Amino acid sequence: METPEQIKTRLEMAVPGAKIEILPNDCPAGERPLLVDSAHALEVAKYLCDDPQLRLDYCSNVTGVDWPETELTEKIKVKQVVDGVEKEVEELKKTVRPGFLEVVYHLYSMELKHGPVVLRQRTTNREAEAPAVSLTSVWRGCEFQEREVFDLFGIRLAGHPDLRRILMWDGFKGFPMRRDYVAPDDFEYEPTPHDEVLEQVQKHYPPEVKA
Amino acid sequence: MSTVAEMPSQNYEILPKTSETGEPIGELLEVSMGPQHPSTHGVFRMDVVLDGEKVVKLKPVFGYLHRNHEKIAENISYLSSMPYTDRLDYFCSMTNNWAYALAVEKLSGLAVPERAEYIRVIMAELTRLQNHTCLIGFFVQDMGALGTPLMYAFREREKILDLFESVSGARMMCNYMRFGGVRCDVTPEWLAQAKQLVDGYGKFLDEFEALFTENEILLARTQGVGVLSKELAVSSSVTGPMLRAAGVNYDIRKVDKYGIYNWFDYKVPLGEHGDTYDRYMIRVLEMRESVKILQQALCDIPAGPVMNPKAKLRGFRPKPGEAYGRIEAPKGELGFYLISDGSANPYRYRVRPPSFINLTILEDMCLGHRIADTVVILGSVDIVLGEVDR
Repeated sequence: METPEQIKTRLEMAVPGAKIEILPNDCPAGERPLLVDSAHALEVAKYLCDDPQLRLDYCSNVTGVDWPETELTEKIKVKQVVDGVEKEVEELKKTVRPGFLEVVYHLYSMELKHGPVVLRQRTTNREAEAPAVSLTSVWRGCEFQEREVFDLFGIRLAGHPDLRRILMWDGFKGFPMRRDYVAPDDFEYEPTPHDEVLEQVQKHYPPEVKA
Repeated sequence: MSTVAEMPSQNYEILPKTSETGEPIGELLEVSMGPQHPSTHGVFRMDVVLDGEKVVKLKPVFGYLHRNHEKIAENISYLSSMPYTDRLDYFCSMTNNWAYALAVEKLSGLAVPERAEYIRVIMAELTRLQNHTCLIGFFVQDMGALGTPLMYAFREREKILDLFESVSGARMMCNYMRFGGVRCDVTPEWLAQAKQLVDGYGKFLDEFEALFTENEILLARTQGVGVLSKELAVSSSVTGPMLRAAGVNYDIRKVDKYGIYNWFDYKVPLGEHGDTYDRYMIRVLEMRESVKILQQALCDIPAGPVMNPKAKLRGFRPKPGEAYGRIEAPKGELGFYLISDGSANPYRYRVRPPSFINLTILEDMCLGHRIADTVVILGSVDIVLGEVDR
């Protein structure tokens, strides 16, 4: 099968304006993912599905990944004048990488029996219901999995035919698979609570105010 | 704040007599099948809209067993998730273990000794035998053959589970595979017992098939019911026996050649019509191929270690990176997608559950059939709710 570089060049020829980036993957046996911008994701997906050399007609796995805001530290050499002598000093430079969410697609070809090609989309932020594009119109198999991504990660996938919660119930608030999700305060009932359970009971049922 | 007053007094609803486009139709009845319905194989619900007995709309509803397996696995170490994978598809814990071990081995570049590969193949094929046997038992039970066939299936399954128990200590929750091998070796007596079981399995299958394959009721209930076309099957990511029943030659054992499957001689049976009968027949034929693989594996198994000495069980920290490992589980493609950030816990842990994704086209297969057929069609999809809901 073609390397990610070859696929990238062909995609950029076929879908004008598409911004495609090859992400690194340090795992030796793993595949390097292709990051595609949401504006062209649908066209890119259609091309990958229909192209006679690739024929990625089978979308095996769809999932989300949460990357919260992180502080990256880099060592940078800076020239400084110390006591009238110019010296090179190492300085730690801190940059903040804004948080984002990713949707990952693993594509295979049932016809040509090769794969996988890993396709990724990124949202610009981590707000509730951050937007991305649904690929269900290309691969029907994404339908339930994209609903799951919406349900557990809170990514609103535009163009999905039936975007509802699938594993959690309809009235549920929050997105459980995000890194910063805090589990609700529920615990098993004990008739004589003590220690941690007592603490939880007191938090759960605040003592009644006596008039 | 009681909600009793708000609950409908009946679990069905009578809908207007015109369709969305304004055409007159018969009185529509919305029935909620499940979640406590015996034919749903667990806590699964189908919101069915009926025109007479004909299904005009069907929406599967699930998540009753949801415990966020993926989140739990992201908060514990790599090895701690291994017993948890048993609980996904609780019929096939061995293949679940293998899929997870395969993904971690791909992520960390661990090799597996030859004897361990043979043991893995033997365990996986025994799992396939018992899964398909039980599935056929449940499937005919859904059609009204109450009890007897299922008991025949469970009798055979119990023999296989006895083998699992003697090697791993547990009938169903085996927790047997490890990264870089398997937990403990099998004894020569175990191999002899397995060989005896495998050699007798063909005869059991003949008997089992004599009950169903040309049975008039089974033919009437399954032929032409729930047809799944080749194109729809491919585009909707259906995998496993369902896909092959639709006539698509895609078996991950042949395509990826994971483990040592390319050393064995076996065929991939394919269906022609994609109906429920084909899905039944494919499973019978697959079992016969599994018996062939087992006979070869039990004959050829070499001596040697069963664990890669480089594999670390404690303090296992793969290098940063990501990997997707998949195998042909009895229900379809079972995949694990792992992202490592270099720490002891996976950064992202994702299960690609075959029976969850095979449900995508349940509505397409059921539309236009009678409500009694939905039970048969659902039975032929082969779902386990532990895996669907995760």
